[in-house]
Amino acid sequence: MSQLRYALYTGCTAKESTPELLSSTLAAAKKLDIELTILEEASCCGASHLQDFDPFLSHVLNARNICYAEKLGLTMVTLCNTCQINLAMTKEKLDHDADYRAKVNEKLAEVGLEYQGSVEIKHFLYALIDDFGLENIKSKVKVPLSNFNIAPFYGCHNIRPSELHHKSNGGENPYNPTSLDRLIDALEGHPVNYSSKNKCCGFHVDLQAPHTSNALTGTALLDAIDNNADVVVTPCPLCHLNMDIKQRGAGKQAGRDISIPVLHMPQMVALALGCTYEEIGLKYHVSNAKKVFAQATK
Amino acid sequence: MSNTKKITIKAFRFNAETDYLPYYKNYEMEVGKDELVLDLLNRIKWEHDGSFSYRRSCRHGICGACGIKVNGKPVLSCKQNAMELIELFGDELTFEPQSKKRAIKDMIIDKGDFWEKHATIKPFVEGNIDEHPVHETKMSKDEVENILDADYCIQCGNCHYACPALEVNEQYFGPAAFVAAYRFTVDPRDNAGKERLEMTSQIGPGVWDCVKCFECAEACPKDINPIEKITKLHNLQFEQNVAQRNVATKHAEGFVRSIKKHGFLDEADIVKYSEGNIGVLKHLGDAIAMMKAGKIHITDQIPFVDNMPKSKNLDEIKKLIKISQTNKL
Repeated sequence: MSQLRYALYTGCTAKESTPELLSSTLAAAKKLDIELTILEEASCCGASHLQDFDPFLSHVLNARNICYAEKLGLTMVTLCNTCQINLAMTKEKLDHDADYRAKVNEKLAEVGLEYQGSVEIKHFLYALIDDFGLENIKSKVKVPLSNFNIAPFYGCHNIRPSELHHKSNGGENPYNPTSLDRLIDALEGHPVNYSSKNKCCGFHVDLQAPHTSNALTGTALLDAIDNNADVVVTPCPLCHLNMDIKQRGAGKQAGRDISIPVLHMPQMVALALGCTYEEIGLKYHVSNAKKVFAQATK
Repeated sequence: MSNTKKITIKAFRFNAETDYLPYYKNYEMEVGKDELVLDLLNRIKWEHDGSFSYRRSCRHGICGACGIKVNGKPVLSCKQNAMELIELFGDELTFEPQSKKRAIKDMIIDKGDFWEKHATIKPFVEGNIDEHPVHETKMSKDEVENILDADYCIQCGNCHYACPALEVNEQYFGPAAFVAAYRFTVDPRDNAGKERLEMTSQIGPGVWDCVKCFECAEACPKDINPIEKITKLHNLQFEQNVAQRNVATKHAEGFVRSIKKHGFLDEADIVKYSEGNIGVLKHLGDAIAMMKAGKIHITDQIPFVDNMPKSKNLDEIKKLIKISQTNKL
């Protein structure tokens, strides 16, 4: 297999509150000999909120982000479900509405850029599964995750709306997604089947509707716990923020203690590939995740 | 290859008049490749148990009566092929009502909350319309296109009962009511647009409580994409100066403020900006826990100390915001 090369759109959280996401992604990619070029020019995707305020501005800024991957001629990979959906929705709009694309390109021309629609955008999860391949990952496993029942939490924006993700982003059925389950299987962990795995974590209303957010996060975590999960894993750092940081608040609202380590998808891969404790970045978790490293290597 | 498949249907059974708790009952049957979920509902009733209850009427995907959930997936029974579901979920299908907590009898639910919310947003044209017109009211092509596909809603309730925000917040209008609110607000004959925008801008019942899960887009049997209309309602609030300055609107607008400064979002600043200096205090517990874990730093919010990463070519971003920003709060 020739070396896989991608333009990496890190998103904001990987550069700020979840540094463990970036370090574990880079470490896992290195182990798999995948070349990631960080798009240092990129700006925030708007996190599904900017377009509520100003849709045109959101499209212009995301078109600019895509331009930099086009300059490299590389498929763009994302580390966050919400970055993925915002960039992919911008691409969908510009690729199918020539008049609108001309309006956006008129603005981009002012800074010497032009959106061409020449590259694909996919989440790192699907680069690993569909491009690198599960069999190839399986052959590189150094630390089988056989000590863990792992609950996959898919995150809305990688699986819905389904048509958006059909072409290059996994093409999962949102009512029965399988990618994370198959990945856990390839890393020799035990995937947990539970009904909340394809549900919403509530992150996007954290500020204005904390009751809703806590209820959704709490329900999902308790569902995982009640189905004997030792660890939850998610490809989305926003789900991760809610599920890692809000365990106390969500548990208080639900009237039950919630304590379970929540890993980013690349952390789980890095752990199984034998990356170091520092690279996996388990110290950056609010939930009790440090123990996972010792348990894995036991 | 055989054109039929033997399956087990696990059906939710409940009679609010006699049962304390719901239960599930299994029905085994051979399913043909052309059978619809409605055919299977009929066969449970006609071949197994005459007391099994469900709503059905037109059988043509237009009356909106026969919505149920199969293995959690909202379907319109008369439109959904059963074999497709067997391919997706395997040979055990679970039939449940759209909302278990609103069940009256088996698949039949009390849809009162749906109709009440739908009626509240005025799902009709309100205006001074001549009772004896001499010609039809003309609409331009753009005006018609602006309604999008919002007119195709059949009020089946699939999106409403798929919405997780509504599941935990009973005052929330829900996606179907928002589709109707959008449809009539952009109708050029209508005068109640501002009233609807005000109603749907309130925190609690309004669009700001949408969790952005896209369950509604997936659930709609008419492919209407309700969340697209929810976004349009957000946009109309700013365009028509209905948006109030509150935590939610400041949060949406705050992205511009951050991106202009850093390219990236300043995660700590946007919470402080949206909540205000007093409101932000309720996040103190989480902030301390995040600080302990090294996720945020004590120096993050000290003036003149700038820990923020910056996008390369930030000048381009600043210029694009200056020339492309269309809305203001």
